[in-house]
Amino acid sequence: MSNKKLVEVYNLKQYFPVSGGKLFQKKFVKAVDDVSFYINKGETLGLVGESGCGKTTTGRSILRLHEPTAGRIIYDGTDITRVNMLPYRRKMQIVFQDPYASLDPRMTVGDIVGEAIDIHKLAANKNERRERIIELLSLVGLNSEHANRYPHEFSGGQRQRVGIARALAVNPEFIVCDEPISALDVSIQAQVVNMFEELQEKMGLAYLFISHNLSVVKHISNRIGVMYLGKMVEMAESEELTFHSVHPYTRSLISALLVADPVVARNTNRIFLEGDVPSPLNPPSGCRFRTRCPYATEVCAAEEPEFKEVSPGHFAACHHIDKVQ
Amino acid sequence: MNENLVNDNLVNIQNLRLSFFTPAGEVKALNDVSLFVREGEVLGIVGESGSGKSVTAYTLMGLVPRPGRLIGGEVAFNGHAIHLMTERELRKIRGNEVSIIFQDPMTSLNPLYTIGNQIMEGILLHTNKNGKEAKERARELLQLVGINEPEKRLKQYPHELSGGMRQRVMIAIALACEPKLLIADEPTTALDVTIQAQILELMMDLKKKLGMAIILITHDLGVVAGTCDRIAVMYAGKVIECGTTDEIFYSPSHEYTKGLLQSVPNIYEREHKKLVPIEGQPVDMLNPPVGCPFAPRCRSCMKICLSKMPAYTNISDTHYSACWLLDKAKFEKEKAMLDAKGEAGNE
Repeated sequence: MSNKKLVEVYNLKQYFPVSGGKLFQKKFVKAVDDVSFYINKGETLGLVGESGCGKTTTGRSILRLHEPTAGRIIYDGTDITRVNMLPYRRKMQIVFQDPYASLDPRMTVGDIVGEAIDIHKLAANKNERRERIIELLSLVGLNSEHANRYPHEFSGGQRQRVGIARALAVNPEFIVCDEPISALDVSIQAQVVNMFEELQEKMGLAYLFISHNLSVVKHISNRIGVMYLGKMVEMAESEELTFHSVHPYTRSLISALLVADPVVARNTNRIFLEGDVPSPLNPPSGCRFRTRCPYATEVCAAEEPEFKEVSPGHFAACHHIDKVQ
Repeated sequence: MNENLVNDNLVNIQNLRLSFFTPAGEVKALNDVSLFVREGEVLGIVGESGSGKSVTAYTLMGLVPRPGRLIGGEVAFNGHAIHLMTERELRKIRGNEVSIIFQDPMTSLNPLYTIGNQIMEGILLHTNKNGKEAKERARELLQLVGINEPEKRLKQYPHELSGGMRQRVMIAIALACEPKLLIADEPTTALDVTIQAQILELMMDLKKKLGMAIILITHDLGVVAGTCDRIAVMYAGKVIECGTTDEIFYSPSHEYTKGLLQSVPNIYEREHKKLVPIEGQPVDMLNPPVGCPFAPRCRSCMKICLSKMPAYTNISDTHYSACWLLDKAKFEKEKAMLDAKGEAGNE
C-alpha cells in the first residue's frame, strides 16, 4: 500500500429523476449527495450503510456506470468525469453482488472471462487467449476444465470466483466490490474474503469494498466510510472507526451488530434508533440523521453539519460530537 | 441421543425422513432428523441453504413443500401426531397452537387486505370472538409488537409500511392466538442491520411475556448467539451437532461447527487474523457423499468417514454430536471390520 492517491472523488452527486406528484413537476431522488473521498494505491476502502443509503450508487458512479449529476472523479491524476471510459475500463473493474444474475447463462465460463480479453485485444491469437483464461481461472481457484462449462453448473461461491476472474482479466488496478459475499453461504464467504486479500497482496489491487456487514468490512478494509441517506457521515481508519467512532449513527450501527459470541451478545447495550430511514425523495433539512438521532437539537434541523476532521485521518459530520459519549 | 430427555417435550421429531422427488432424481432433504423442543424454550437451527433447516420446521405445521414427501419418522407436537393428521385437523392447529414468521415480510403479507383484516383472520377462525372483539384484540397485538398509532395502522395496507414494521405485523399475526410454539424462519435476514437487533429483542421480550417456545431458523451465528437456549447445527439434511448455546460456541465438537465459528470475522479482534474458511463446495444434494456428508470438506477426514455415517456421541447431558473422532470405541471396531474386509478383498 502506498500513499499515492489512485481514485479521488470530489463532491459527487447522483440524482435520479422520478415522476413527481404534480404534472410537469420533476422530482429527484438524491441517491448520492455531495460525497468526497479518496482511495490510495493498493488500499481497501470499505463502505457501509443501510439499504438505500447510496453506497452501491457511489461505487457505480465512480465507474461511470451512472453518469454523475455533479462532481469530479479523478483516476490516477486524470479527470475522468467526462472522458471516453474505454481505456479506463482496463484499469477499473467491478464484481457484482449476485453471482446468479451477473453471469450470462448462455456463455461458457471461458467466454465470460475471455470477453474482456477480446474487447481490449489483450491476446494475439487463440492459443494465447486460451492460456490467459486458464491462468485467470487458476488464479481464483478454478481449473481449466471449468472453462467449457456454463454458469448453471456451478455453485454460488464458484460463480462469484468466475465473476472475480472476469474482473481480473484486464489486469486492473482498482476493483469495486459491490456486496460480493452477501449472496454466499457462510462457509463460502470466508473463502472469497481470503481470496480478495490474497489477490490484493499478489497484484497490488485497490478495492472499494461495499457491504452492509460491518464485521467483514472491518476485517478487510484499511479505512471505512459510513453512509446515511446519500451522505458520508463518518470516515476513519478501520480500527479507529470500530473502537472510537464519534457519529451517533456509526455508534448505533456498531451496537446493533449481532456478534457471534454468546457472552458478548448478552452484555451488549444496544442503542436503538427510533423510526425508519426517511425517504430520499424528501430528506430532512439540516442533518439528515436528525429524525432518528438521540442527540438532535434545533441546530441540526437548521444547519447541515460540516464533514470535518475530528482527529488526524478521522472525519465526521455532526454538530454534537463533543456530546456523544 | 439421551432417551430420557425425549419424554414430555412440546416438540418431538424422531428419525424424520423427507425426500423431494425431482425430475433429476431423489433429493433426501431430511435424512434421519431427530430433535426436541421443551415448553418455553428457544431452539436455534443453524445451517446453510439446503441443509434442511426450514423443511424440518415446516413439517411441524404439516407443510411439506412439493414435490416433497415424508418417507418415515414421527413428528409429535403438543400431544398431536402431526405426521398422521389430515389437512382439516391440521388447519385447527396452524396459526392457533403453532404459527410461523417467514423470512420476507415483503411477500408474506397479502397486499390486497388491510393489516387489521390479516391479523383478525386467525382470531375469527380459531376463537369465539366476534368481529368487534377481534378488532380490539388486533389493536392490542399491534401495541404489543411496538407499533404506534394502532388504530390508524389497522386500516393501512402492507405497502404503506416499512420492512421492519411489516415484520412486526407478521409477529402480531403469529401471536394472535397465543401459540405454544412460534417458528421464526430467518426472521431478520431481509431486514436492515439496525432493524435486525430490534426485531430479535422484540421476539425475546414477547417470549418472556407470553411463555411460548420458539424455533429460530437462521444461517447467521450472530442471530442465535444472544437469543437461543439450545442450538442444533444441520448439514446436508442431518443434525450433526446439538447442545446448549454455550456448548456450541465455546466447546464445539463437530469439525463443521468449528469451521463455521472460525470463518466469521469478529469485529472486536484487535489484530488482523486471517479467516479460516471451510474448504470445498456445498454438498450436491442430488449426489450426496456416502458416509458422513461433511467428510469431503473435513480437515480431519478419515477412511471410515467416507464409507459410514457416525452415530451420535453424548458429550454431556445436553450436548451430542455425530463425528467418528468422538467415538473412539466404535471407531476401533469399525476400523477392524474395514481392515478385515480389505484384507479379504486383497486375497
